Amino acid sequence: MASHSVREAIAAFRRAPGLALLSAMSIGLSLFVLGTFGLVTYNVEVTLRTIERRVEVVAYLRDNVSAEQLEVLQNDVGSFPEVENVTHVSKFEAMRNAMQQLEEFREVFTDLEVNPLPASLEVQLRPDYRDPESVQRVAELIALYPFVEDVQYGREWVEKIYQLRRLGGAVAAVLGIAFAVVAILIIGTTVRMAVLARREEIVVMQLVGATDGFVRRPFLLEGFITGLAGGALALLLTYGAYLAVNGSLIDLEWLPPLWATLGVLAGGILGLAASDTALRRHLVTYA
Amino acid sequence: MIKLINVYKEYPRSGLALKNVSFHLRKGEFAFLIGPSGAGKTTILRLIHMVESPTDGEVRVSGYSSMRMKRRDIPRLRRRVGMVFQTFRLLRDRTAAENLAFALEVTGGRRSEIKGKVQRLLAHVGLAPRAGAYPDELSGGEQQRIALARALIHDPVVLLADEPTGNLDERASRGIFELTRDINSAGTAVLMATHNLDLVRRYPQYRVIELADGAVVYDSAGEARESGGES
Repeated sequence: MASHSVREAIAAFRRAPGLALLSAMSIGLSLFVLGTFGLVTYNVEVTLRTIERRVEVVAYLRDNVSAEQLEVLQNDVGSFPEVENVTHVSKFEAMRNAMQQLEEFREVFTDLEVNPLPASLEVQLRPDYRDPESVQRVAELIALYPFVEDVQYGREWVEKIYQLRRLGGAVAAVLGIAFAVVAILIIGTTVRMAVLARREEIVVMQLVGATDGFVRRPFLLEGFITGLAGGALALLLTYGAYLAVNGSLIDLEWLPPLWATLGVLAGGILGLAASDTALRRHLVTYA
Repeated sequence: MIKLINVYKEYPRSGLALKNVSFHLRKGEFAFLIGPSGAGKTTILRLIHMVESPTDGEVRVSGYSSMRMKRRDIPRLRRRVGMVFQTFRLLRDRTAAENLAFALEVTGGRRSEIKGKVQRLLAHVGLAPRAGAYPDELSGGEQQRIALARALIHDPVVLLADEPTGNLDERASRGIFELTRDINSAGTAVLMATHNLDLVRRYPQYRVIELADGAVVYDSAGEARESGGES
């Protein structure tokens, strides 16, 4: 039974290679749109994550803080559940960093007799606690220590990144669903054409007493294979688009293997689902 | 074996197609179903083949009843009821032998048995030398012979024929009719819908069921009846 389905599906490709190619290309192109969108979404996500990694709370310390007080503060802050890492930057290191980063002021810094820059603690947060509320909570807790002069964390910056992330997620969901629906409609139409082209065959199968499963299986297999081929084509096209853009316009990261595999599989599943829907309409009865 | 009991069939657009139709076709019997176009002949054949269900009444076919028929049982019923049409319904992209083999393959026939059975059936309908011909290379009569061979592929208990000679000339019609008589004499019941009254008159030994406006108006196996409507 299974061998019949495989033979029939292969025979269908042989009998109408043009239609099979057209179907795979239609599926491939509609999934390509989805693939490109996936590539953009993935890269936006990667960029946002990189930016988020820079989210940190900086606590500026008073000049008179003792070594013991500094140790207590460092241990306390390090034990906060939100905190990933605490780095102490001494007055000397602060000056050295400033001289490295702000070359144009190097001479001004060199002429100074007293180092005006305060020592600080740079507090990095765990990935799950980089939202505005968590960052603000940590900053407020640190500010309670009397030997902390000021706490900064770029409040607006953190909020903007967070908003961008949420907006990105919502846009990805809406556009992703819209593109998937378009892909399903195109695949559905393509498979319906294939089913209509072989309507007489379906009628004869029903006429001679083939079971519904037997009638459906070759078409489902054909839809699945066409969908897989379309998915692979979409992956190739997306990779082509990635190669064309990467390095010349902007730097992009290629999709992780799991995304690529799921994308091709999604093509197969879409082909299968579209075949199933098209068959349901034509299997009611023979005319 | 085939029993129609007070069968009504109504279509939403065209209205009542069958009115209170009852008859019983026994095992091995041969019957003509006659009447003008639109009288309900094809509807009766479709009900027996369970392509559709009656609006009211019951159709019983070889142990299956339209009242208790499940979709998954229909293929099994159709293997016991062969059917041929005026338009032959052969697959144009397959040879005569492949058309027969296809019918066996899609009903789960074993590959080792298919070839032998196809050759036997082709010989039975007198077309063994034309096994490799495509439908378009065959005459109308030859195409109908292949369709008959396909209808016999599961050794059915009854053969339904819907105007099988409607597209054929006199000589081919006679050949097809003789073939259905052979099939009948081998034990398969035949219910043949036809317009060909010459054919019906030539074989008075066979039963005639006449329809008009969806009702049985004459049945040679019983009394002539008035047009249906009363139940």
